[in-house]
Amino acid sequence: MPTDAPATGSSGSSGNAAQAPAATDVIHDIGYRHYDGPRLGRGYARRSLFTQSLRAAYGLGRSAKSKVPPALLFGIMCLVALIIVAVAVGTGMDELPLDYTDYAIYLQPVIFLFIAAQAPVSVSRDLRFRTVPLYFSRPVERLDYVSAKYAAMASALFVLTATPLLVLYVGALLAKLDFTDQTKGFAQALVSAALLSLLFAGIGLAIAALTPRRGFGVAAVIAAFTVPFGAVSALQGIAWEQDNLGAIGWFALFSPIGLIDNVQSTFLGATPATASPEPVDPSTAAGTVALLVALAVAAGCFLFLLRRYRKAGL
Amino acid sequence: MTVIATENLSKRFPRVTALDGLTLDIGPGVTGLVGANGAGKSTLIKILLGLSPASEGSATVLGLDVAAGSDTAASIRERVGYMPEHDCLPPDVSATEFVVHMARMSGLPATAARERTADTLRHVGLYEERYRPIGGYSTGMKQRVKLAQALVHDPQLVFLDEPTNGLDPVGRDDMLGLIRRVHADFGISVLVTSHLLGELERTCDHVVVIDGGRLLRSSSTSDFTQSTATLAVEVTDTDAHPDGTATLRKALAGAGLGITADGRLLYVEAEGDDTYDVVRDAVAGLGLGLVRMEQRRHRIAEIFRDDDTLPASTPTTTSTTASTSATDPAGSPHAH
Repeated sequence: MPTDAPATGSSGSSGNAAQAPAATDVIHDIGYRHYDGPRLGRGYARRSLFTQSLRAAYGLGRSAKSKVPPALLFGIMCLVALIIVAVAVGTGMDELPLDYTDYAIYLQPVIFLFIAAQAPVSVSRDLRFRTVPLYFSRPVERLDYVSAKYAAMASALFVLTATPLLVLYVGALLAKLDFTDQTKGFAQALVSAALLSLLFAGIGLAIAALTPRRGFGVAAVIAAFTVPFGAVSALQGIAWEQDNLGAIGWFALFSPIGLIDNVQSTFLGATPATASPEPVDPSTAAGTVALLVALAVAAGCFLFLLRRYRKAGL
Repeated sequence: MTVIATENLSKRFPRVTALDGLTLDIGPGVTGLVGANGAGKSTLIKILLGLSPASEGSATVLGLDVAAGSDTAASIRERVGYMPEHDCLPPDVSATEFVVHMARMSGLPATAARERTADTLRHVGLYEERYRPIGGYSTGMKQRVKLAQALVHDPQLVFLDEPTNGLDPVGRDDMLGLIRRVHADFGISVLVTSHLLGELERTCDHVVVIDGGRLLRSSSTSDFTQSTATLAVEVTDTDAHPDGTATLRKALAGAGLGITADGRLLYVEAEGDDTYDVVRDAVAGLGLGLVRMEQRRHRIAEIFRDDDTLPASTPTTTSTTASTSATDPAGSPHAH
């Protein structure tokens, strides 16, 4: 029978020797055991951080209270898609009442709320509670940390924006709508959703990483998405009044959702959602610039995050 | 064997020099790194973790050069643990969840991370509460979680930055005892910082004192506190000996022991194990009641004091001074 003397009895590396088969119902202090299993290094740590952050964006592995906002927003995104499908099938339409690419544009407030609520969760907590040094005293490096957090947030947004598209697509196929049309629209919208996720994740995380206060973070991210959208919409309205249709597409460059709209209108066959009584297609130049700006902003946000953690790590 | 070595290590910031030509050689065991706030303790730890490059000089940790590139830095960080001075725990997760996550960040596979977390939290003294959110923990419990995350990946060396900060005296003792066990039972070397010299004397095998980024002193604690151990003896008075203390003092001086008195306490230079027998026999022979006989170690603080300039005003200091002349039994300079 193993002794249940305190661990002080076993010294140093003799820990393993003290490990004897224990009788049931008795807790034995088996002393300190050394770990000689595998240490999987940076790549593994980065993947683990990615998985943990992606799960955390949906409140998984966190308190019940933290699950509510992401679940609610995800639910809304999917519910609307389900309703659309139900209507389309129920009334025997020969196509969906909206394009796949329109979906994210129509439901942009939900996406704004999601990134505003979850970006601070992803980065502000580690800054506020000063957990960052614990990562950097491990094999994880700054690049690993930032890329894992960025990829996790972009993936969370992609799940949020692509799942309802999948619902629409599956519904459309069940309703026996034209397979080629539906698949093409679905694929185009997926590309657009990926770009949106990348761009929004970058903007959201960069702003959230500026402040360790979660409340400020939420407000600042919401403002960063809605204020430019409002301003751009107003400018586009004025341009329409003044019959300056060419300017409408260029104004869109100044809001995140406008960038996405320009790109998908130019390259992905979407109907532009400009703030004008009738859709105005952006020029190809405006669309190309929008694509470049979107990628540049995403890259800039990534570099900014890297810089941000250079100081926070110490 | 050397665990940490630095060679002429300097760290200069635009306005401050945090480390100034520091050369150290630290072996296994518990090493105390003592210095005032701003002496360069945390800077040294950051350089050793590879988080901050040195301006000059070199450093090795577990035989690996901290400046040898990111692969070496990663393998150093895989084998060391770090407990920061400041709070670093999110309040809304449980200790178990948090430590498991940190174990995985150190590269432990998921199953091993869970097992090691359960073990480590038990070793630092967290039981049922480990499933509750950390936000509800006392400072002492939080310090234990911080220690656990530094130990969970079974490092060969841990850096503990001010682990007793903010703890009450009991919590402080618990933490110091725990630190002692990290080496004695777990076989993990420890570099522990403190701005309180006295607190490290029971815990550390070796003490390094830095000030203004320079090495002030590096000594083994046992050199100072064990080789000149002192016995504190207190006895009762009896009818036969109305002043028992004075009687015993005379008897022990007659037996050739160096003695100083402080009120009712006698401090006897312990020259070896037979000193205890001599004291016991003398007390028994005189028929006095022995109230206490205990080992009184010297305070590390005295080691770093300039003995020559300070008057021997306290009994313990007296003993330090006396240790230089301990061979002269009657020469106890402070008889009164």
